[in-house]
Amino acid sequence: VAVAAHRPAETPEAENPLTAGLERLPVAPTTLVIFGATGDLARRKLLPGLYNLAHDGALPQRFHLIGVSRKERAHEDYRAECEEAIRRFSRRKPDEAVLRALLENVKYVPGTFDEPSVYENLRKLLDGFEQQAGEPLNRAFYLSTAPNFFPVIVERLGSCELARHEGAEVRVIIEKPFGTSLEEARQLNRRVLAIFDESQVFRIDHYLGKETVQNMMAFRFANGMFEPLWNRNYIDSVQITAAEDLGIGSRADYYDHAGALRDLIQNHMLQLLCHVAMEPPVNFTAEEVRNEKVKVLQAVPHPAAQQVREIAVRAQYAAGHAGGEDVPGYLQEEGVPAGSTTETYVALRLQVDNWRWAGVPFYLRTGKRLARKVTEIAVTLKPVPHLAFSQDGSLGVEPNQLVLTLQPNEGVSLRLGAKIPGTRMIIRTVNMEFLYGTAFLSQSPEAYERLITDAMRGDATLFTRNDEVEAQWLICDPILKTWEQMPGPLPTYKAGSQGPAEGDAILLEGDRWRAI
Amino acid sequence: MAGSDAVWSAQGTTPDAIEAALRELLVQRHAENESYVPARVLNMITFVDREWTGEIANRLRGVGRYHASRLVVLAYEPRRDRLDARVMSASEGEPAPGEVSLLRETVVVELGDRHLDDLLTIADPLVVTDLSTLLWSPHGHHEIITELLPLAQSVLLDSVDEPEAREALERASALSEEVYVVDLAWLRSTPWRERVAAMFDPAPMRSELRTIVSVTVRHHQESTVAALLLLGWLASRLGWRASPLLSDRTGLEGRAHASRQDVRLRLEAAPELLVRGLAGVAIETASGRTLQLDRGPGGLRARARDPRGAEREWTIPGASRGETGVLGEGIRQALLRDPTYRPALKAARAMLA
Repeated sequence: VAVAAHRPAETPEAENPLTAGLERLPVAPTTLVIFGATGDLARRKLLPGLYNLAHDGALPQRFHLIGVSRKERAHEDYRAECEEAIRRFSRRKPDEAVLRALLENVKYVPGTFDEPSVYENLRKLLDGFEQQAGEPLNRAFYLSTAPNFFPVIVERLGSCELARHEGAEVRVIIEKPFGTSLEEARQLNRRVLAIFDESQVFRIDHYLGKETVQNMMAFRFANGMFEPLWNRNYIDSVQITAAEDLGIGSRADYYDHAGALRDLIQNHMLQLLCHVAMEPPVNFTAEEVRNEKVKVLQAVPHPAAQQVREIAVRAQYAAGHAGGEDVPGYLQEEGVPAGSTTETYVALRLQVDNWRWAGVPFYLRTGKRLARKVTEIAVTLKPVPHLAFSQDGSLGVEPNQLVLTLQPNEGVSLRLGAKIPGTRMIIRTVNMEFLYGTAFLSQSPEAYERLITDAMRGDATLFTRNDEVEAQWLICDPILKTWEQMPGPLPTYKAGSQGPAEGDAILLEGDRWRAI
Repeated sequence: MAGSDAVWSAQGTTPDAIEAALRELLVQRHAENESYVPARVLNMITFVDREWTGEIANRLRGVGRYHASRLVVLAYEPRRDRLDARVMSASEGEPAPGEVSLLRETVVVELGDRHLDDLLTIADPLVVTDLSTLLWSPHGHHEIITELLPLAQSVLLDSVDEPEAREALERASALSEEVYVVDLAWLRSTPWRERVAAMFDPAPMRSELRTIVSVTVRHHQESTVAALLLLGWLASRLGWRASPLLSDRTGLEGRAHASRQDVRLRLEAAPELLVRGLAGVAIETASGRTLQLDRGPGGLRARARDPRGAEREWTIPGASRGETGVLGEGIRQALLRDPTYRPALKAARAMLA
């Protein structure tokens, strides 16, 4: 008490009274550095996203962009590449004057990511921008490279004293995958956190930038009618599906090393599970939301090797038909090694062992070349305890099911039992549908636009914390390790189908997969 | 992807028949393709002089995705005896397999003087129950807005349309006592408010907000109200007490009293500006720092001079929304609530007292 009494009172930073009522909050002046600036992600998502932020007047009042990549090119050539990527991939036609204004502030540094000279050149540009601005600018380093470069870049930023900056914030934004195993993720966390504080690190899971994922929190915590039912007393099972109708395309090199579990389950789908199962946070600050998500992940038992067969199924797509055309199987796709045992389909049954969810199975399913593209969460309620009118014919009566669809038609639908018009009490199921598209005028911003802005503002709510990443790997790692010991070939499913018949093996009695 | 329309029309009709036609068209469209789903966000009732119906339709067509779910156009022709109506159900495109296509409805009702006394009973059955309703009367007709107010949760107006700034502010103020007002003049100042807020957001700059000694706003000749609202916003957010502005040869000038100092306020018309809205804002603080924002190609041109006299100039990118963009934003804002408009309006009125 005595110490506290003598401690000088902290003076909280005065609020800016001008931000009240504004939809867009100010973003501090920033220089964004993209490592891997000529890569696919930068071209397709980051540069068009930055243009759209510029178009909307949503970039910081002072904004500079520096691209870093191996290829040798002049600033003007990189600007021309940026322009081409923006024109090609922007969600709206560029306004010429805005595009010009954005490109004026673009520079390029060539070199490999381990070369100290790259960071020296980077520093010169960063300092030059600040001299021009007459003030320190925040720095955001976006690591849009192959994952093996993440530690190299982070350590170089540290050794070249670019990880801290007097009078401004320095942040590092790291793309997925954050490791390919628990050990790698831990090692990467250790190396990143040896240079940066956790508050400076923004690990991207672009699913979290999607409006519909954020809407799940609004849906659960802004509506009184669902929360009383949201527990093991009323919920029978939860099914999370992320199905794609496409194959791996030209991504064989990446995909064959990753597989469906690493590509979608370890990050996106476990995040969706967290959103379904988390307790209401005290408030919506980054730390509170992430604390609640971590608690969910910690409540998921790590499967023992002998349990893996009971709770996890993997498979590969075989040749089939999709979109009215013949399509090759995974092993026939260009670039896939013969005899590959990489899974293109995974189904899991997980438990969340806490007071709220004990005994409720959480089914996670993802796959490529399935019947259609859909991402949804289906919450099945327990059946009513007694059906008084069953003798009149109500075979179609099914338990209520609440389905939150994330794509393609974002919305919520509730399956209810209703009487078929007529003289007898015959029941069948009907759907009560709500589609976000019908109820809002605004277009959802691209996930990357939201995430880039949040990272520049220092709001980490939609980014994954180190303990979340490790908790996700603790669930997935034992499954991967067990699979590595199991010989191929994998079970297959026909392209364009509902997935492998083996997927049913993990369902508990009475449960079944929803049609994709 | 081209959309498709279904149309119904009748002469000498009734609101009941029009409402039945709306329901029937919806059933028809759904039977045609079950991927058609009606948008259910916002009703908008627009009262227009009949000869301007086309012009208003064109303006509304430009708002794109901000189009109201159901638009009811009451087209007024003084000597008309008969109620004629046309109902359109338009889809935004042919739905791709597995996807939905939104239907937006437009109802045009042609009416005359004899219908004005019962206007509420004509419009009421035509709006979707439980959706928020926005009223807009772009050609004046203030009495009609008053008549239809019981149906509405918000009113769209453009204070720069009024010939007299004082009357415009009085009218907006009176309306805002009864309903949420979306004022396009206020929305024209949004990018400027965002940028001024951002300029003063860095911690070292926040303290300078309390030391502002001068604000000059340059505006389109007919957009005095937009400029007044920007000054009113600063005054209300920063706790200034404004005195009435007096006109001189080139604009309006006056003072506001902040807690520590007086603030010189000045409005100047910018004859070179061809579009409605603001041309520039210049702010000076007691330390001698000046910040200036001006319209420029591709965004706002910023000029800053620090207390030591060092000057810097740069562009803050941002596309002009144009008048159509401002109108679309107005419709979108009908579903939001900006708590800073009314205090800004009150402060702006004080400057014209």
